[in-house]
Amino acid sequence: MDDALEDFRRDTRAWLEENCPPEMRKPMRSEKDICWGGRKFTFASDAQKQWLDVMAERGWTVPDWPSEYGGGGLSPAETKVLKQEMAALGCRVPLQSFGISMLGPALLKYGTEEQKQEHLPKIARGEIRWCQGYSEPNAGSDLASLATSAEDKGDHYLVNGQKVWTSYADEADWIFCLTRTDTSQKQGGITFLLFDMESDGVSTRPIRLISGASPFCETFFEDVKVPKNQVLGEVNDGWSVAKYLLGHEREMISGMGGRAQGLTLSDYALNKLGADEQGRLDDSVLRARIAMHEVRSHAFAAMSERFIDQLKAGKIHSAQPSMMKYYGTELNKDRHELLMAAGGSDALEWESEASGGGKAARAWLRTKANSIEGGTSEIQLNIVAKRILELPEG
Amino acid sequence: MPLFHDEDQETLANTVGPFMADRAPVSHLRSLRDADDPAGFSRDLWREFGQMGFTGVLVDEADGGLGLGHVEAGIVLEEIGRNLTPSPFIGTAVGAVEALRLADRGLKETWLPGIVAGETVAALALDEAARHRPQSVALKAERQGNGFRLTGAKQFAPFRHEADLLLVSARTAGDASDEEGVTLFALPRSHPGITVKAERLADSSFAARIELDGVDVDGSTVVGEVDDGRSVLNRVLSAVRTGASAELVGVAGGASAMTLDYIKQRKQFGRIIGSYQALQHRAAHLYAEMEVARAATLKAQQSLDAGSETAERDASVAKAMAGMASSLAVREAVQMHGGIGMTDEYDVGFFMKRQRVLAELYGDADFHADRLARMEGY
Repeated sequence: MDDALEDFRRDTRAWLEENCPPEMRKPMRSEKDICWGGRKFTFASDAQKQWLDVMAERGWTVPDWPSEYGGGGLSPAETKVLKQEMAALGCRVPLQSFGISMLGPALLKYGTEEQKQEHLPKIARGEIRWCQGYSEPNAGSDLASLATSAEDKGDHYLVNGQKVWTSYADEADWIFCLTRTDTSQKQGGITFLLFDMESDGVSTRPIRLISGASPFCETFFEDVKVPKNQVLGEVNDGWSVAKYLLGHEREMISGMGGRAQGLTLSDYALNKLGADEQGRLDDSVLRARIAMHEVRSHAFAAMSERFIDQLKAGKIHSAQPSMMKYYGTELNKDRHELLMAAGGSDALEWESEASGGGKAARAWLRTKANSIEGGTSEIQLNIVAKRILELPEG
Repeated sequence: MPLFHDEDQETLANTVGPFMADRAPVSHLRSLRDADDPAGFSRDLWREFGQMGFTGVLVDEADGGLGLGHVEAGIVLEEIGRNLTPSPFIGTAVGAVEALRLADRGLKETWLPGIVAGETVAALALDEAARHRPQSVALKAERQGNGFRLTGAKQFAPFRHEADLLLVSARTAGDASDEEGVTLFALPRSHPGITVKAERLADSSFAARIELDGVDVDGSTVVGEVDDGRSVLNRVLSAVRTGASAELVGVAGGASAMTLDYIKQRKQFGRIIGSYQALQHRAAHLYAEMEVARAATLKAQQSLDAGSETAERDASVAKAMAGMASSLAVREAVQMHGGIGMTDEYDVGFFMKRQRVLAELYGDADFHADRLARMEGY
């Protein structure tokens, strides 16, 4: 073993033990315990704010980003150690956001120095919360057919149009947004813009989902002025940035199929159904289905570990995130089907106190979007078939 | 340790791959089968494995081997799988070597040099029924002076009819299903009282049904401690299950490579059939399953090499996942080839047969999913 890395592990553990508030070492009880940051965010507790502050101070909200942009400047191996040690102590993720998982990597790759200085530290400290303006009413799976226009007005663009499925647009401070700057070509006429959601002409409307929750919005733009230095990448080359960023989004969504924290599927089922005299789950067919699922779940956890290791080492096919996104989301949907089966009629209750306000059913319904958002499963399979397997176009 | 091959391991893969494709491609299996070869594998090739260092991959350098780990053994096995090379590699270079690692000096000196040289072939004789139930051992070993008298039967022992060394699990105390009271024996082939009936299997390899009718063996044939064979057996089983997973990953890789080639050139209705989305989605789904199986297998190999406490669980996850993914691979292979996939003249059917045998060997996906559930307490 590498001595320096073992020293780092020891120091990291000691630091976490000293600095992570006990409250932040308990499993999250609900989505409300997630820290998203941003101007409009209300902390659930003092401990949540304290944990964010000490981690941000050290650059460990984004441990592998360069330290000049608010990151921790850690190597891939050190980042892995930090995650392992956080997991070992049960430390919550101090901050999660689309800025960290999606925009940040794109800014690091495509941003000007000025853009990096301006935006990355605010993402790292949880000061600005970003949302993603990609899909439109007529541009879903066929994203590149988007029509939201950005008209060149000399020193700025004038943006008009509509986005849909904008996650948490009503709680976000800034948006990264795909716009059309050239109608003569499809992919080659898209420009990637960054702008403040408080700009004149921006409005949002939440969409109510089958789960009863409203994590998504419709977002409208009417004569929104965006200064020209807020283009990320080249004009008319926004599709490259978008694809790069979608890869990171797929990584994030695919992570949801991994081994979930807290109560495992089998513990939940044992709780609900009990065990026979040999200690086996007292429903042999459901037990078999759960066991088969758990084989895949463990195997996919190994796949996720391998994926991250390969990604950090630059040893990965650029379309591999599509495979991860496909597999992870399908696995997560399957897991929630099994949770519903184990819960029986208890899991169907929508409002009762015992059901935590329909927690199981709402979570189950929410997972149905996993294989639609960020590119449907069918789109991911198309990408794998064409780019990895090199099967011919139809 | 990152979950991908390091440079040395990549170099090994780049040696083993071309070697296997050159010396023992699928046509090698076909010619052995067509000649009705009584051994079912080539002793000459086995000696070449020895010269290349493959058979001693897991043997300590002090004992003349390469002193490498299960990741490296898996690299050899994946190429064996991809080329459907008939070989006693798993039972000998993985199973027997793993057992001998835990044996005393005498047994090591008796058997390791021959294995390293590619002269000795070993077979594991663990199963007593059609379904893999290694925890249930009825074959009796009764104390007889300094030694034991063995009575009972085993089945599904690959290449036993050719084996110089036989590793047999036997009951030295307690009842057939007891966890304790099992002892592992390393027996030479020449022992009187052992009846071997070689059965050709669907993939044209051989497995033996073995009967031991009061076979007297010396106490020096015991591997590890008397009555405590379970700990040795569990180590050996984790090793061969992980090894079989690697071979299955290779079989799946070989079958799907053939299939992708085929659907990229076969035309129907004036179109390359691989341009149809109906096939593209299935091929892409299969790719995902195979990648996940590959990751699970590498995880199990690394866990064994690191002596991790999750090694047994990881081996079961790998064997189950590799079993499911490779099963899908060979079924899709035959289906996507259409009629030609059903012909003996075409190689793809060999992959289906080999997969079926390997999937059963040391426990299928159902067995390992059940085992995982027991380990996790439900």
